[in-house]
Amino acid sequence: MSLQDYLNWVIIPILGLSVILVFIRFLKGPSLPDRVIALDMLILISICIISIYSIQTIQSTFLDVAMLFALIAFLSTSAYAFYLEQRERK
Amino acid sequence: MKDILIMLLSTFGAMFILSSSIGLLRKPDVYLRISVTAKASTLGISLILVSAALFFNDYSVTTRAVAIILFVFLTISIGGHLLARAAYITKTPIWKGTKTDDLQGQYDAVTHKLYSEKHHSAIKPEKSENNI
Repeated sequence: MSLQDYLNWVIIPILGLSVILVFIRFLKGPSLPDRVIALDMLILISICIISIYSIQTIQSTFLDVAMLFALIAFLSTSAYAFYLEQRERK
Repeated sequence: MKDILIMLLSTFGAMFILSSSIGLLRKPDVYLRISVTAKASTLGISLILVSAALFFNDYSVTTRAVAIILFVFLTISIGGHLLARAAYITKTPIWKGTKTDDLQGQYDAVTHKLYSEKHHSAIKPEKSENNI
């Protein structure tokens, strides 16, 4: 079994299963911080999928997209936390 | 040899990501969910990025992977702390199995400042009826 087959048939399904589990929490989440943390987790899993995909198609340029996603994850989480806190303040 | 090492690292990383997402689905409280996400997913992401850096074996790719790992290490914990603080201030319900709540009555409800009676902090509340 070569490396590409292993990544395609073992790693990508595990990551896809975890995306489905996190998305169930995103739909169910009783409060707004639950949904925000599920969104953060979705972006983090997508960083993993992008790096696995850059190994599969031997293109190292995709890691730039992964870096951009890490930046966007921090920006969105801190902005959501800020506005969640400001909403209570009136 | 290098392929086996990449397989091992990516398998451990994917397992950490899977355990983190199962914990995110099954934990009873928003604070426990934030704790799970901030710990396990950091290790999973860094293992998968290390496997990508090992596969390409190039200076530019290794620099990018190390930059992403450092950034994720710094920002996941900061974002989790910010989100947990916002969730506590907006009075998200705490799981009934939680025994102690050390932050109870320590946040000012209007100014959102934290003070501590026990540890003799410098910040004192002006009016005690405002506290959460």
